[in-house]
Amino acid sequence: MAWNPVRGINRRIEQWVTTRVQRLPGPVAIRRQRIYILPTRQGVVFGVMTFALLLGSMNYSNSLGFALTFLLAGLGLVCMHHTHGNLVNLRISARGSTPVFAGETLRFVVAIHNPSRRPRHVIGTGLRQGEWSDHWVDVPAGADVATGLDVPAPRRGRIPAPRFAVSTRFPLGLFYAWTWLELDQSGIAYPKPLGASLPATLEGDEGADHSSQQTGNDDFAGVRDYHRGDALSAIHWKVTARTGELVVKQFAQARRDEIVLHFDRLTAPDPEQRLSQLARWVLDATERGLSWSLVLPDQRVPAGSGPDHCARCLTALALFQSSSAVAS
Amino acid sequence: MSQQPPVSVRSLPRLLAVLAVVILPHVRNLPIWIPAFALAMMLWRLGVARRGWRMPGTLVRAGLAALAFASVLASFGSINGQTPGAALLVLMVALKLTETRSLRDYTVLTFLGYFLLGTHFLFDQSIPMIGFLLVCGVLLTAVLVDINHPDGGLPPRTSLRTGGLLVAQALPLMLIFFVLFPRIPGPLWGLPADSGSNAVTGLSERMSPGDISQLSQSDEVAFRVRFEDRIPPRPDRYWRGPVLWSFDGRAWEPGYSPNRQQAGTVANAERLLRYDVTLEAHRHHWLLALDVPMSLPADARLTSSRQLISRKPVRERRLYTVESALDYRLDPTLGDWARRIALSLPGTGNPRTRALAQRWRDDGLDDAELVNRALRMFREQPFVYTMQPPALGENSVDEFLFSTRRGFCEHYASAFAVLMRAAGVPARIVTGYQGGEMSANDQYMIVRQSDAHAWTEVWLPGQGWQRVDPTAAVAPDRVEVGLGAALPEGEPVPFLARGTASLLSVLRLQWDAINTQWNYWVLAYGPELQQSVLSRIGLPDWRSMILALTGLVSLLLTALGLWLLWQSRSAAPVDPARQIWNRATRRLQRLGIGPAPAEGPSDYADRVREQAPDLAPAVDALVQAYVATRYAGRAELTRLQAAERALPRRRR
Repeated sequence: MAWNPVRGINRRIEQWVTTRVQRLPGPVAIRRQRIYILPTRQGVVFGVMTFALLLGSMNYSNSLGFALTFLLAGLGLVCMHHTHGNLVNLRISARGSTPVFAGETLRFVVAIHNPSRRPRHVIGTGLRQGEWSDHWVDVPAGADVATGLDVPAPRRGRIPAPRFAVSTRFPLGLFYAWTWLELDQSGIAYPKPLGASLPATLEGDEGADHSSQQTGNDDFAGVRDYHRGDALSAIHWKVTARTGELVVKQFAQARRDEIVLHFDRLTAPDPEQRLSQLARWVLDATERGLSWSLVLPDQRVPAGSGPDHCARCLTALALFQSSSAVAS
Repeated sequence: MSQQPPVSVRSLPRLLAVLAVVILPHVRNLPIWIPAFALAMMLWRLGVARRGWRMPGTLVRAGLAALAFASVLASFGSINGQTPGAALLVLMVALKLTETRSLRDYTVLTFLGYFLLGTHFLFDQSIPMIGFLLVCGVLLTAVLVDINHPDGGLPPRTSLRTGGLLVAQALPLMLIFFVLFPRIPGPLWGLPADSGSNAVTGLSERMSPGDISQLSQSDEVAFRVRFEDRIPPRPDRYWRGPVLWSFDGRAWEPGYSPNRQQAGTVANAERLLRYDVTLEAHRHHWLLALDVPMSLPADARLTSSRQLISRKPVRERRLYTVESALDYRLDPTLGDWARRIALSLPGTGNPRTRALAQRWRDDGLDDAELVNRALRMFREQPFVYTMQPPALGENSVDEFLFSTRRGFCEHYASAFAVLMRAAGVPARIVTGYQGGEMSANDQYMIVRQSDAHAWTEVWLPGQGWQRVDPTAAVAPDRVEVGLGAALPEGEPVPFLARGTASLLSVLRLQWDAINTQWNYWVLAYGPELQQSVLSRIGLPDWRSMILALTGLVSLLLTALGLWLLWQSRSAAPVDPARQIWNRATRRLQRLGIGPAPAEGPSDYADRVREQAPDLAPAVDALVQAYVATRYAGRAELTRLQAAERALPRRRR
């Protein structure tokens, strides 16, 4: 590729800008020293047109032509300041994100707060700095408006919120102003669920064990404390009435539903593949209303059921042996 | 780079309406089919948006474009020039409408709108046009704001206000640029033939009977003059224009090629006058000056006939400063060649005139006596000064002098000059203007086309060229008072030449005074005026000019930036209850019993009860209401307001 001086300069500027961006927990106020501004393509066309009008006015010695030319020149300069002022003092804060599965797009919610009495129009957020942003919002005076930041999550793990641009080209589209921000937040991408679904009977299946294989009978096996998610019919009302504490009857049969998902018992050589398989089974188990526990080499998630438990297990899978590597 | 967001459907009718406003005045300048075509395309585009009509295909568009181009070529015979140029621009806008989809198209159309606005000023630069410029500037800017708000979420009032604000803030910059931006003398490239105002009436380089009387029907301003110290008396207001030497029996023409190197010499130049002339465009080279010009404006020269000639034709209004001598002796010696030309007559024709001249000569009159003899003839014989002279035939001078005896200045000047030449006195015709009227505010003099005049100069030994105005002999009022007074009752005279001070004419003179200021300070503001204005305020050269320009512009922009920063600062949430409380306690402070800095409202109320029982009920009510707002919120605000109003203004 031919040597392109503009590209080199751009890279230099890029590096300089990057070193100026600090990772902050937010809310971050946009300071005027950190706002960059350039003419847009339309702005360049506008400039060329104004110059053409200047030449025409000179040629015809046309005073009103000069007046129009100078009005447009003034308009351009004034617009530059307004575009810049449209960003000043906005406060940006992180509002978290909803975990996704690897391969999907993670959306960080970013809130823009306008503390001034002047409404700000068409404030965009995007990963790249460009004349147009992915998302834009109007932020009325004193208001808080949430907007999104879409980040692709190709792999499982903790996804740190990237550096992003807050930009605007309001009011005339002749200039676009932007600033770089990096909010100290991260999202989570679960392993992509893959592989066979959770078998109906787990006899001899690799990785997923029925606890019943260990206990072996259907008889009443005692009581235990009530956990959220236990069926009402399982409550041992007599004992509960006597002791005042909620307890449930435990049958060996009831334990048939409690399964253990073992990372080590899976045969797939690739750990990622195993994690994907486990993610699949966690989802299946949640769907079937089973109770399960998850055993990873360095961690054990005790038995439980329901969506919260599912999220806990998926997070454990997502961060397995990667949290230290990815999270900074 | 991300995709451009779509433009709101609501922006389209706004853009179309504004473009229609911008195009509208071209109805006066362009053939009506062009604005009509633009309107049709606008309606079509609106139909596409509203009714789901189809956009024209590429082929139709190309066909329409070719057709429009050909039509312009057919109507104007050229695509070069200001009228065809404006026509093409309007058609371009109309055609661009058919392919308006993305934000870029909308932006281009708005920019074209700005450009179109500029074309109006090629046709009209009167005062109302600055209003039109500002209104359209605001409208176009508002449209630009509107289309830059994706989905058109802005109410029209907001975009109009934003557009107005931007234009208002750009105005001071415009003024600074206008005054300080270095002007260079145009044109930069060739001007199309039709530049300048469209129909020009004025003097021409040829004078045949009837030319000037036709001109006298026009109220149009020829030029305006601002005198530096004193104003010349009416009989001295002879504005020298083209000097005509050659007579073909009917018409006079310059003929004698003026010598470039040698201007006519002037001796005994006295009573010098200095003044500025704002000359309307007339597309000829000559400049007008009081008889006789002594100094040269830039870019001009003097001919041997002492006529001011501009290097370039006066295509737009031009301002120049010149000095004239009212008493002078022009060319005390006359070269042989000049004398021969100043005596030449066609070989035949006008025999009775020649015979009369010969008779006078034979009477033994000298040159000066001959002049007086001829003037006495005009005065004593029944000559009539009229703008409706009968048509003259082959021997025009004979017919005029001996039978019709009715004529306008060109008849008298021509007949007199022929008579003099026939008698052997060198003579020539000078055309120009005679007179001029002071403006309403006495600031300057207006000279109109109706002041156009022709007179003669005869060369007398020892005295040089002497101005002789034979018209003055017939109608002295023409020179002393003006055209309106000189003409017989019942002749059509241009309105303003009548000199009657009706309310309407006073108003017109006032308007002309404003217009003159406009012309002088705004329209004629070119390199010359800029230099004189700026050196008067202490900016003598380009360097200081550019320094002042950048300094002022930076200053204004800094002020704007600071204002915007101040606008963007965090505003403390307004607490209306607190505001009222602060106002009320300030008033109580003035009454002599305000709360102490560390005193809570209830403690304060207790203290008032003890120290100022007269105020206690009012203060109690106030404190209770204020405390209530602190807990019950805004619902108690009206009670607090009432309590504030109930506070006494002064203590008993």
